[in-house]
Amino acid sequence: MLTFIARRILYSIPVLIATSFLIFAGVSLIGDPLGGLKVNPLASQQTIDHITAEKHLNDPIPVRYGYWVRDAVTHKFGTPLLSNVPIWDDLKRVIPHTLMLVVTAELISLLIGVSIGIYSAIRQYSVFDYAATTFSFLGFAMPVFWLALMAQILFTNLFLAWHVRIFYTSGLSSPDPGTGIHWVLDRAQHLAIPVMVLCVLNLAVYSRFMRASLLEVVNTDYVRTARAKGLTEKRVTMKHAVRNALIPVVTLAALNFGALIGGAIVTEQIFQLDGMGNYFIQNLLNTDIYPIMAWLMVVAVAVIFFNLIADILYGVLDPRVRYD
Amino acid sequence: MTDHSLEQDRTLAAAPVAGGAAAVGATGAEELVYESGLEVEVRSQWTYARRRFMRHRLAVGSLIILIIILGAGLLAPWVAPYSFEGYDVNSLEAAPSLHHPFGTDLLGRDYLSRVLYGIRTSERVAFIVMVLATMVGTAVGMVAGYYSRWADNLLMRFTDLILTLPALAVLLVAAGLIGKGNQYRVAIILSLLLWTALARIVRGQFLSLREKEYVDAAKAAGAGDLRIMFRHMLPNSMGPIVVFATLTLGVAILLEAYLSFLGFGVQPPTPALGKLIADGQDVSSHDWWLVTFPGLTIVLIVLCINFVGDGLRDALDPTQRVRA
Repeated sequence: MLTFIARRILYSIPVLIATSFLIFAGVSLIGDPLGGLKVNPLASQQTIDHITAEKHLNDPIPVRYGYWVRDAVTHKFGTPLLSNVPIWDDLKRVIPHTLMLVVTAELISLLIGVSIGIYSAIRQYSVFDYAATTFSFLGFAMPVFWLALMAQILFTNLFLAWHVRIFYTSGLSSPDPGTGIHWVLDRAQHLAIPVMVLCVLNLAVYSRFMRASLLEVVNTDYVRTARAKGLTEKRVTMKHAVRNALIPVVTLAALNFGALIGGAIVTEQIFQLDGMGNYFIQNLLNTDIYPIMAWLMVVAVAVIFFNLIADILYGVLDPRVRYD
Repeated sequence: MTDHSLEQDRTLAAAPVAGGAAAVGATGAEELVYESGLEVEVRSQWTYARRRFMRHRLAVGSLIILIIILGAGLLAPWVAPYSFEGYDVNSLEAAPSLHHPFGTDLLGRDYLSRVLYGIRTSERVAFIVMVLATMVGTAVGMVAGYYSRWADNLLMRFTDLILTLPALAVLLVAAGLIGKGNQYRVAIILSLLLWTALARIVRGQFLSLREKEYVDAAKAAGAGDLRIMFRHMLPNSMGPIVVFATLTLGVAILLEAYLSFLGFGVQPPTPALGKLIADGQDVSSHDWWLVTFPGLTIVLIVLCINFVGDGLRDALDPTQRVRA
C-alpha cells in the first residue's frame, strides 16, 4: 500500500513537470507577455525594463522556465508580471472560498444523487424513474452558466417583488456580515444559489451512475443468494447491493474534482464570488501568465491528489483490489 | 450427434429473441420485393441499423427537431426576419411579441434573428470540431491499437497530461491566448482537446479486433496492414465512432457556449449563442428574454443531439437485444 502511494506520487512528478513546461512554453511562445503594457501610455519604459529584467523575459524559454520553477519552489510562485502582490497571498485568500463552495455542492449532490439513483434502480421504469431520467438528460444538456443566470434572475425578481431577502444573488458576504452564527447564516444565504446550481450538474451525473451501477449489481449471484437465504428485501438492497454499487460512484466522485473546478469558474464569475475561478478569469483577461501557471499547478496537484484518493478508496471498499 | 444437438439448442435459444423482429422484417421485405419488382434486396448491417434507429421514436423525433433547428441556423440569412445587427429604434428592449418573438435588446436588435445567426456560428464550429476530432481520434486510435507500441505509449501519456487539468481551464487558457476570437481557431482548439476520448475507444476496439479470426484469414490471404485496417477492422468499429461523432457535436456546442460566454470564444460582431447570453447578463433582471431564449436554444439542441446519440448507440450495437 505504502509503496503504491509512493510510486504514484513519484510518477506524478514527471507528469507535473511535463504539463507545466508545455503550458509555460506554449503560453510564452504565443506573444509578448508585456504587449498590453507596451501600448499603455501610462506605463513608463522604466517599468517595462524593470519587469523584463526581473522576470528574465529576454532569455530563451527553457531558461525562463527554469527561473519560474525556482520562484515557484522557493518563493511560493513569486509575483505576477503586472503587480507586486505575491501570488500566494491571493491564492491563500481565494482557495478556501472555492473549497467552501465546491465541497458543499459535492456533499449535497452525492447524498441526493445516490438516493435518487437507488430509488430509480429499485423502482425501475416507474414514474419516479422516468422523471429522474428526464431531469438528468436536461442536466447533461444545460450549460451551467445559463442555469446560474436563470436562478439569479428568478431570485432577484422575487426580491424586487416581495422585498423579502431569501438568498443573495451576488457576492460572498454582506458588507457587515457580523460574527458567529450571524456570519454563518449570511454566508449560507450568499452561497445557497451557487451551490444549488453546481448541484444540478452533479446530480445528473451521480444519479445516473448510481442507477446503472445498482442495476448491474442487483443481477449478480450473491444478491440472489442473499434473497434465497431469506433476508428481507430492505436488507438485501441496503446491505448487499447498495454497498457494492457505491464503489464506482465513490471513485467517480473523487475523479470529478476537475469538472467541479470547471463549474466553479463560471459560477463564481456570475455570482461575483471572490474564489479561484474569478481569480483565474481576471488574470486570463490580463494575459498575465505567472498567476495562471500558479493556479494551474495548484489545481493539477489537487487533481493528482484526488486521483490517488480515488485509487486508495477503491482498494478500501473493494478488498479484491491488490496494489502491485 | 452431440454437435448436432448443440446446434439445435442454439437455434431454439435464439429464436424467441430474434423471432418477433425477424417476422416483421420478413413480411415488409416480401411486399417490397413483389411491389417494386426487384429480384434481390440487399440488406447490409446499415439497413438493419437504420431500421433499429427508426423504431426508436424519441431519437427519430429528436432528429427531426434537430434538422429543423440546424437547418434554420444554416439558412439564417434567408430565414431570419431581420438582420442580426439591424436596429429597430421604435422597439428598444421590447418584451417578446408577435413582431419580435424573442424580444429585442438595448439597441433594438431582434433577438430571434440574432439567435438564428448564433446557431449558424455555433453549428459551424461544432461541425468542424466533430470532423477534426473524429478523424484525428480514429487515425491515432487505429495506429495505437494496431501497432500498439510507441503510438500507444504516446497516446496514453498525452491523455495523462490532459487529464491532469480541468478541461475548461485548459480550453480557456488556449482560447484566451491563441483563439483571438476567430471561430476557426476556436474550433481547432476544441478538437485538440476532444480527440483523445475517441482515440482510446478506437484503440480498445482495434486491440480486440486484432485477435479475430477474420483478421488472421485476411493476413493469410496476403492482405497488407492498410487493407486490414481500413477494409476489415474499421468497418467493424464504425458503431462507437458514429456515436462519438454525434455526441461530440453536442459537447462542442456546449463548450463553445462556455468560451463565448466568458468572452474567450467567438468575438462580436459575429453572434454566438454563448455571447448572446453574456450580452443579456447585465440587464438580465428585467430583460429576462435576452438570457432565456438563447439558453433554451442551446438546451434544446444539445438535448436532441444526446437523444439521437442514444438512439444510434442502440441501433449500431449488433449485440443489443431488439426492443419491441
